[in-house]
Amino acid sequence: MNDTVETTQTNSAETLSAPLSPGRKKRSPLGEVFFRLKRSPLAMFGLTVILILIFTAIFADVLSPYPYRKQDLTRTFETPSRDHLLGTDEFGRDILSRLIYGARVSLQVGFIAVGIALIVGGMLGAAAGYYGGWIDNAIMRVMDVLLSVPQTLLAIAIAAALGPGLFNLMIAVGIAAVPNYARIVRGSVLSIREMEFVEAARAVGSSDLRIILKHIIPNSMAPIIVQSTLGVASAILNAAGLSFIGLGIQPPYPEWGAMLSGGRQYIRDYSHLTLYPGLAIMFTILALNFLGDGLRDALDPRLKR
Amino acid sequence: MIRYVIRRILFLIPVLIGVAFCVFTLLYLTPGDPARMILGDMATEEAIREFRVKEGLDGPFLVQFGNYIYKAVTRGDIGRSYVTKRPVLDEIMTVFPATLKLSAFAIIIAIIIGMPCGILSAIKQYSIFDTLTMIFAMVGLSMPVFWLGLLLILYFSVHLRWLPSSGFDTFRAMILPSVALSAQSISMITRMTRSSMLEVVRADYIRTARSKGQKESVVIWVHALHNALIPVVTLCGLQFGHLLAGAILTESIFAIPGVGRLMVESIKARDYPIVQGGVLFVAITFSVVNLLVDLLYAYIDPRIKAQYK
Repeated sequence: MNDTVETTQTNSAETLSAPLSPGRKKRSPLGEVFFRLKRSPLAMFGLTVILILIFTAIFADVLSPYPYRKQDLTRTFETPSRDHLLGTDEFGRDILSRLIYGARVSLQVGFIAVGIALIVGGMLGAAAGYYGGWIDNAIMRVMDVLLSVPQTLLAIAIAAALGPGLFNLMIAVGIAAVPNYARIVRGSVLSIREMEFVEAARAVGSSDLRIILKHIIPNSMAPIIVQSTLGVASAILNAAGLSFIGLGIQPPYPEWGAMLSGGRQYIRDYSHLTLYPGLAIMFTILALNFLGDGLRDALDPRLKR
Repeated sequence: MIRYVIRRILFLIPVLIGVAFCVFTLLYLTPGDPARMILGDMATEEAIREFRVKEGLDGPFLVQFGNYIYKAVTRGDIGRSYVTKRPVLDEIMTVFPATLKLSAFAIIIAIIIGMPCGILSAIKQYSIFDTLTMIFAMVGLSMPVFWLGLLLILYFSVHLRWLPSSGFDTFRAMILPSVALSAQSISMITRMTRSSMLEVVRADYIRTARSKGQKESVVIWVHALHNALIPVVTLCGLQFGHLLAGAILTESIFAIPGVGRLMVESIKARDYPIVQGGVLFVAITFSVVNLLVDLLYAYIDPRIKAQYK
């Protein structure tokens, strides 16, 4: 995914602020992007699913029919019924309720991990791209080293050192993704740094910090937004993988990867235990990927084919 | 060309030292005293102190790191397992072939399926085949490898009883894990091949080839493909690294005795030297594969070769 994102960064800044053709209703840059996004049915599907998931995660307490840890040992391994729409697990807990609470955990991990990666990676990348020279060299060589470890493995290594738990999981997944963001932000900054409006800002005496915050960051948003959307998907996937091997969320707290891991030993007789959490992960990732692809096309129409 | 190769190999050294440094720091920060872990709870304070001095565990952080690198380079000694007390390198080398085999099978499957699908999709852009391929590729990208593995076990071993659900000794046993592991790479390679082909097909030299009356099949398969494959080759190299990491999850599902399963078990047993060694080993393999891909890249892309003439 990252390889394709990089190609968008060179000219996206102008695209966002490109003058609209005369005769058309004037839209704000954001409105223009949304207008283009609306034309892609897959992206809209993705956006809808994500919005529903966010709604579900926020109102999990109201929406879920049972508390996520309520056990009923007389009704274990039930297949879907009216009482339990998606059946029950090995402790007689309602699978639907656990999936709903799991949405909260997965989205939290996805967004916060990307937030961590974006802030740390963004600052490093912006500094590297803006100052250049030895600062650039030092930062990017460290990023090269981190990039030479596959991201999933890096997350596993960090999580193994930090120990299990929700917070550590977010840190591990987030830090593992830092190099990606550093590279993309650096690329954007490099291309924008040389533009006339930055030169103008410097000429009127703006400070470095002001130039970075006011001019460079807003104009390099397009590739970053795309990478972040796709990044949430891979963060959720990584987090589920870590929980699956026992490094992430610990029972009884419901996390989709952990639910899969818990259900796998019963797969021969009760496959619904693993079916639903897997479907939940897949649809979430699918929706984020569709949205990310759609955003890429919407933010840089020249790449659309 | 030789200068380029030497440069690239030399460039590998700082990267590997950097990886070793990160991995070493992570282990250094994890709670638990290595000396006590190796000698056991029954060891006397005296014995532990002696062991620390002997193994160089009493020095400051950087000295310890220097020792670690020195021992790794001169003796291939990257520590001992807390659990089995055997050298980490031995432990990893016994299981590494299985992981390598699994990843290699997966990348071969991914290339055999991904490239033709991507090319056909690009040639027949907006056709039903293209749409379906792109949807399948997206689904493949979105499927967690561990879930796909479980589904494959469910249908092909539990329901149909065609293929075994665990082990890695026979060819039949290798089919399910390799397929599960390759799914994401198939999708990535398909998408990359397609977009790369579409880009190349619009180039001027392709128009020239067509306008001089070249057969369409020659234009696509000879003129376009050669250039379109350059980014795909890089992707395949990167994918191989991700497959090595993905193998960690796949191995634990299919009970394959590989580096991944060893690492997962070591994480559970808090056997950190093995975890450290495993990360280091995969990172080295990943870097070496990327180096080979870069060299191959220089071989197929004359522009790069020309820079180092």
